[in-house]
Amino acid sequence: MTYRIFLTRLGNGLLVLIGVAIMNFTLVHMAPGDPAMIFAGEAGGGDETYVEQLREEMGLDKPLVTQFAIYAGDLLRGDLGYSFRNQRDVASMIAERIPATLLLTMTAFGIALIIGVVFGMLGGWFRNTLLDRGLMIVTLVLYATPLFWLAMMFVLLFSVRLGWFPPFGMQSVLVPDAPLERMLDIGRHLVLPAFSLGLFYAATYARLMRASVINVSNADFVKTARAKGVPGGRILRVHVLRNAILPVFSLASVQIGQLIGGAVLTETVFAWPGIGRLMFDAILQRDYPVILGVFLTTALLVILVNIATDLLYRIVDPRIETSAGS
Amino acid sequence: MKTLLKNTPLVIGLGLLALIVVIAVFAHVFYPVSPWQSSAIPLLEPFADDTLPLGSDMLGRDVAAGIAYGARVSLTVGVVSTIISITLGVAIGALAGFYGGMLDNLLMRFTELFQTVPQFAMAVVFVAIFSPSLTTIVLAISLVSWPPVARLVRGEVMSLKTREFVKAGIVLGESEGALIFRHILPNAVSPIVVMASLMVATAILTESALSFLGLGDRNMISWGYMIGASRTMLRDAWWLSVFPGLAIVVTVVAVNLIGEGFEKALNPQAHGERKA
Repeated sequence: MTYRIFLTRLGNGLLVLIGVAIMNFTLVHMAPGDPAMIFAGEAGGGDETYVEQLREEMGLDKPLVTQFAIYAGDLLRGDLGYSFRNQRDVASMIAERIPATLLLTMTAFGIALIIGVVFGMLGGWFRNTLLDRGLMIVTLVLYATPLFWLAMMFVLLFSVRLGWFPPFGMQSVLVPDAPLERMLDIGRHLVLPAFSLGLFYAATYARLMRASVINVSNADFVKTARAKGVPGGRILRVHVLRNAILPVFSLASVQIGQLIGGAVLTETVFAWPGIGRLMFDAILQRDYPVILGVFLTTALLVILVNIATDLLYRIVDPRIETSAGS
Repeated sequence: MKTLLKNTPLVIGLGLLALIVVIAVFAHVFYPVSPWQSSAIPLLEPFADDTLPLGSDMLGRDVAAGIAYGARVSLTVGVVSTIISITLGVAIGALAGFYGGMLDNLLMRFTELFQTVPQFAMAVVFVAIFSPSLTTIVLAISLVSWPPVARLVRGEVMSLKTREFVKAGIVLGESEGALIFRHILPNAVSPIVVMASLMVATAILTESALSFLGLGDRNMISWGYMIGASRTMLRDAWWLSVFPGLAIVVTVVAVNLIGEGFEKALNPQAHGERKA
């Protein structure tokens, strides 16, 4: 049963990946200028022989379908192209950056969920009180704050003014040898980026959670529990929370793609050595193979994380049995 | 009218937005000198000089002037890209919902594809490849924001299609176009309006992020660009990033409040929380 769902998800994921490959291919071919030049970067005083070689490899004189087949074949072999600017293979440039991005996005995701659920729960349970109003204003402002600006304000306050956390990077210049100290060092570097990325999404989850708590509190089974004289705290924990949290989970798993996209901005501000920062550097250098490669990789990450959260969701809510569609 | 005035989010949101629109429209009156031109000593602190209340940047350009002109970019991008993505989303959603079957299946798969892909990364790719300009930014944002509209409209059309007044139209032999445009879509307007106002907010945030990364229109000053350009000066000149950022927050809060107000006005039941 779950096995079949898993396969369906995998199949859907594969379709999305093919779609992204088509998108990349179409964009490059619709762009003004020569696709070979684009793949080589706007080669400043560039290497003509390399561009010529690329033109031949991509089969630019052949029909579009053949050209796409060549591109897709390269992708299947894990070949994301060659960064002319960095004189390096794009796939290996990306691969070495993925762990940093996963560490950042997953921590931020955890922060967003915890803060979102707690804020939403408090707001919904104590609705229309001063606490609720205050939390609503906080989430309204957080939801309107650009990720990159919040990140910079964090640096200004917590690094420049207060000196609590390092302003950039993932490790100190002198990396400690002991594994525990090294982890603590990375942890200290992680605090500001993870919070600045997570808080925006926390605001979204908090609003949804609040509405959901209010919704569930009006349900019959909660009224029954109240009538039976179950204490308020227990109603909240046992009856309301477990049901109210489900829509938040399902929104969160859909939004994970946006979170990974947002990492481009956070990593840029904090010089966090992940694929987002790589994309920013590639934008500055107009290094198109890297930009396209990062785009494809983020799509792949999103698909994998979606499959994982989907399976997790099934554990949290056993009522879901099959869902080929949806 | 009275109930509209009691709608606090709507009133506050509209008030703030009106202020920002006035600043944007009359930017050239308030600041006749181009925001790119230096008009003072570099790195003048804010509140030190009455003529430059928000200080000046590393080239002596007036920060307040930049914010006034930047409002134009934010508002234009927010509104135009939302109009385009609503049009796209309504078209795709209405086709899928009205005709169903294979077409629906195909269009929904297409929509899912655009929804799964990390939208911001896609906008970056689009603008980078087609070179940054106001047009490419607007198109990129439209391209990544239509899917939720399509899904919403599809759902509305599917449920409205089975209602009596639409069936009556079919019996009377009205054309498919008339059914969609005269009978179905007008009844789906309110959720679309709510969604549109939230999309304007997201579009403004996305534009600022693109400009921050250096993918803005080089001919027009924008808030995101100002923040991005001041990134290396964060330690020495906090005001260069703080004020443009506040401008973004205030604008987006205003637009979101309007959206919330619309929702409250158009869908009062959902807000009858007090009875519990």
